Amino acid sequence: MTLFYALIAIGALALIFGLILGYAAVKYRVESNPIVDQVDAILPQTQCGQCGYPGCRPYAEAIANGDDVNKCPPGGEATVKKLADLMGVEAKPLAGGEEAEPIKKVAYIREDECIGCTKCIQACPVDAIVGATRQMHTVIADECTGCDLCVDPCPVDCIDMIPVAQTIQTWKWQIDAIPVKQID
Amino acid sequence: METLLEQIEHGKLWQFPGGIHPPEQKSVSNQASIGRIPLPDYLVLPLKQHIGANGQLLVNKGDTVRKGQPLTRPGANWSLPVHAPTSGVISDIKPMPSAHPSALPELSIVLTPDGEDQWCELSPVADYTQLDNQALIDIIHHAGIAGMGGAGFPTYVKADSARHKPVEFLVVNGVECEPYITADDLLMREHAEQIVQGIEIMQHLLCPQYVLVGIETNKPEAIQAMTAAAAHNDKILVRGLPVKYPSGGEKQLIQVLTSKEVPSGGIPADVGVLVQNVGTLFAVSEAVCKGKPLIERVVTVTGNTIQTPQNVWALLGTEIKHLLTCQGFEPVSEQRVIMGGPMMGFTLPTVRIPVVKTTNCILAPDNQELAVAGSEQACIRCSACADACPQTLLPQQLQWFAKGKEYDKLEEHNLFDCIECGACAYVCPSEIPLVQYYRVAKAEIREQKLEKVKAERAKERFEARKERLEREQEERQNRHKRSARSNTRSAEQSDKVSAAMERVKQKKDSQSAVQAAIERAKAKKSADGTLEPDNSEVALERAKRKEKARQYKAEKDTQATPEMHAGGAGSRKDAVAAAIARAKAKKAAQQNDATESSATAPAASDDPRKAAVAAAIARAKAKKAAKETEQPDEAQPVEADAEPEDPRKAAVAAAIARAKAKKAAKEVEQQAETEAHEEAATEPDDPRKAAVAAAIARAKTKKAAKEAEQQVDAEPDNAAAEPDDPRKAAVAAAIARAKAKKAAKEAEQQAETEAHEEAATEPEDPRKAAVAAAIARAKAKKAAKEAEQQADIEQASSAPEQESPANNAPLSAEEKRQAAIKAAVARAKAKKQAAAKDQEGNDLS
Repeated sequence: MTLFYALIAIGALALIFGLILGYAAVKYRVESNPIVDQVDAILPQTQCGQCGYPGCRPYAEAIANGDDVNKCPPGGEATVKKLADLMGVEAKPLAGGEEAEPIKKVAYIREDECIGCTKCIQACPVDAIVGATRQMHTVIADECTGCDLCVDPCPVDCIDMIPVAQTIQTWKWQIDAIPVKQID
Repeated sequence: METLLEQIEHGKLWQFPGGIHPPEQKSVSNQASIGRIPLPDYLVLPLKQHIGANGQLLVNKGDTVRKGQPLTRPGANWSLPVHAPTSGVISDIKPMPSAHPSALPELSIVLTPDGEDQWCELSPVADYTQLDNQALIDIIHHAGIAGMGGAGFPTYVKADSARHKPVEFLVVNGVECEPYITADDLLMREHAEQIVQGIEIMQHLLCPQYVLVGIETNKPEAIQAMTAAAAHNDKILVRGLPVKYPSGGEKQLIQVLTSKEVPSGGIPADVGVLVQNVGTLFAVSEAVCKGKPLIERVVTVTGNTIQTPQNVWALLGTEIKHLLTCQGFEPVSEQRVIMGGPMMGFTLPTVRIPVVKTTNCILAPDNQELAVAGSEQACIRCSACADACPQTLLPQQLQWFAKGKEYDKLEEHNLFDCIECGACAYVCPSEIPLVQYYRVAKAEIREQKLEKVKAERAKERFEARKERLEREQEERQNRHKRSARSNTRSAEQSDKVSAAMERVKQKKDSQSAVQAAIERAKAKKSADGTLEPDNSEVALERAKRKEKARQYKAEKDTQATPEMHAGGAGSRKDAVAAAIARAKAKKAAQQNDATESSATAPAASDDPRKAAVAAAIARAKAKKAAKETEQPDEAQPVEADAEPEDPRKAAVAAAIARAKAKKAAKEVEQQAETEAHEEAATEPDDPRKAAVAAAIARAKTKKAAKEAEQQVDAEPDNAAAEPDDPRKAAVAAAIARAKAKKAAKEAEQQAETEAHEEAATEPEDPRKAAVAAAIARAKAKKAAKEAEQQADIEQASSAPEQESPANNAPLSAEEKRQAAIKAAVARAKAKKQAAAKDQEGNDLS
């Protein structure tokens, strides 16, 4: 009889907890994989596809599913490190022997050579190129992510990737630099 | 217990944590009064000399300007104008090295003074108390006044801040805690009245409870002068502060004077305090009471390499080189020139940099005076930096994080509360340039934040683009769908017809038996009546049968997917398909005939593309077959079976189909005839081609004959369209068959004559002729055999043919198979014979 009561008690408890858990699972349901969002937030959103995925989010999903974290050249070592921290894996050097500190570049269209084919406009993942058919195109430098995707489609090779000029706002102190002196 | 106000009134001062006591070195430059220097050869005026945005240019290259004339117009975002410090000509507007540790070029106006120093028209305000706040703020704004203590924050923004939050205390910063610098000291000594006037203007604007003037006790003359100047105003409290670096820091000064601590990441306004530098207040007074914009400032030129260290009034835009030269500069080896004080200033990369609104000191020390930083040693964790930090941060910890680039940790440890005073680096026994690490880290973090914002925007744009592309695609698809739907609607009517045709096609299966009968009859005829049998007929029959089989299959397929016909295909499409199919069928017949090979049929079935073609052909055939349905005794019952509920519609459909069939038949006939004639006439020169042509012609004539038969069949059928008179129909059918036979005979004869002609035209090639003869013989044999077989089957099938058309299908199938076997045997034989003949021919020749 004791055994019977015990079974009933345990069974009742199991049922109650099961109900609570079931309710919680429905009530506090997490819509998407939060790790994907976190990874996506770390990625530089250049949408360049250099990782082999068609954008930053697909790569984020791939990382969440166990892909390597060192496939993002635009993010550089910093991104690899952050991703490694987040995913709890060893930070590896960038795949493909890319340099650790990527040089920021933006696309520049040599406007007198542009034939107005709109191919670069179609290639741009962030709509940072303006222009129309048979009209000269130009790059909105502020919106350009420097992804390189517009360079290949250009039939007349009039797109250059130029390094972003340093301004006082983007200038950084160089600890190791030998101070330049020009006393005259 | 005294309240805070009472404590402040009683002159109580508080302490801030940390701080250092570096050698003051003030006496180097505070002995002489503020001097004037000769006008430089040119002035370089960067458009941006403060925190905020550039103004818009108002002048062009070559313009003559007067002293005090605005050169830029302020826009939004904390922008301030710059003014011409003296009269002269704008000689250039171009990027020039800026007063920044990087000396990166910034857009600047180069002004060549004319030496006359002519003021533009000034509009001083006689009584500022009569002006409303906005007018006063506008004056301050358009005078281009920025904080002159070091940061260069636009003063008008601060003056306007009372609108958002009441200001409890206005703190006047005359501390000047950094070594060497005495600019504010001298300014207070010499221009205390104007500074107090500036204080009163700000008082008028901000209405604080008290104005607290903080001056370090190492400037007794300044304290005295200020106290005297402010004696009439009991709201202005001048306080002498203990000497400690960095009590001149905004946050430290607030803490010392009011005991309030600015929260982490906050600004003084958060605790109801506003801090103004004495230099700024002097500029405000000048702007309001004299109408003079900010065009000059006091700069301390000091250091051991300067012969006459002194404070001077320097026009904004004066090159540092000019300042140094005027004060007798004797550079030593590895000379450094520092803009700002030794603690917070930066070494200039070049002396060709202009004085700007925030330049308070030019320090040119020799190498003994200010030792060159030694090499960095390892941190020994002595915690001297933590003791010295006025912001109670953990400098050594920050240093580790900065070295490890752990920016999150740096932010957690409140790196951005660091005021970069340099106290930690000053006390560090390991000579670690801590502040440099923090500056780099700060710049890095700022950049990362900017990048994050940019990444966020890029993501947004990317997603917006993706959405747009998807939307566009969807729209395109919708458009397609809509047009397809309208097409379907227009095709609906013809659908009925096509449905009827389909039904007819179904019927056709049973009629293949009829056709078979006809064929058999023909075959018999050719076996009996012709001396030189033409097996082209047989070949054609075979091909036809095969095609029919294929079409049978195809039809089954099409029936399985009727929506293909019902939905997509309109009548026009059908017609086109039929035309194509017709053409193909013709070609197929030609091929069959010419090569005597049945390979095309099996080949067609295994290649999917060919299968598709075959299906098209089959469809066409089905239509053709529909024409052949006109054996009333069979057609009508089947139709009745298929559509018992609507016999009349079916009849109409059948009638339409028949009409079409007739037309098509006629056309084909005509075409075939003309083609046959043409071919025969035009190609006699090439015997092989001629043979092929003949074969084609034969095929065509045969087809034509058949079609003619059909036509003949169709004619009685029209008459006997009603199923109520089967007997009549039967009679008609018999007549039709007879006619067909006759037509077939005629066609055969025609073909024969053609063959004769061919033979006649190619006498020059005996070998080929021999081969042809062999082939002909083989064909004849084959034809005879087939005819025999067919005759047998006909006898067997003639009875059920009339009774139950359903039985015909298997029979005809069997017949087909047998025929195929026979044909294969015959072909083999013919080949053999041909080979023999060939040899014979060879021997003969």
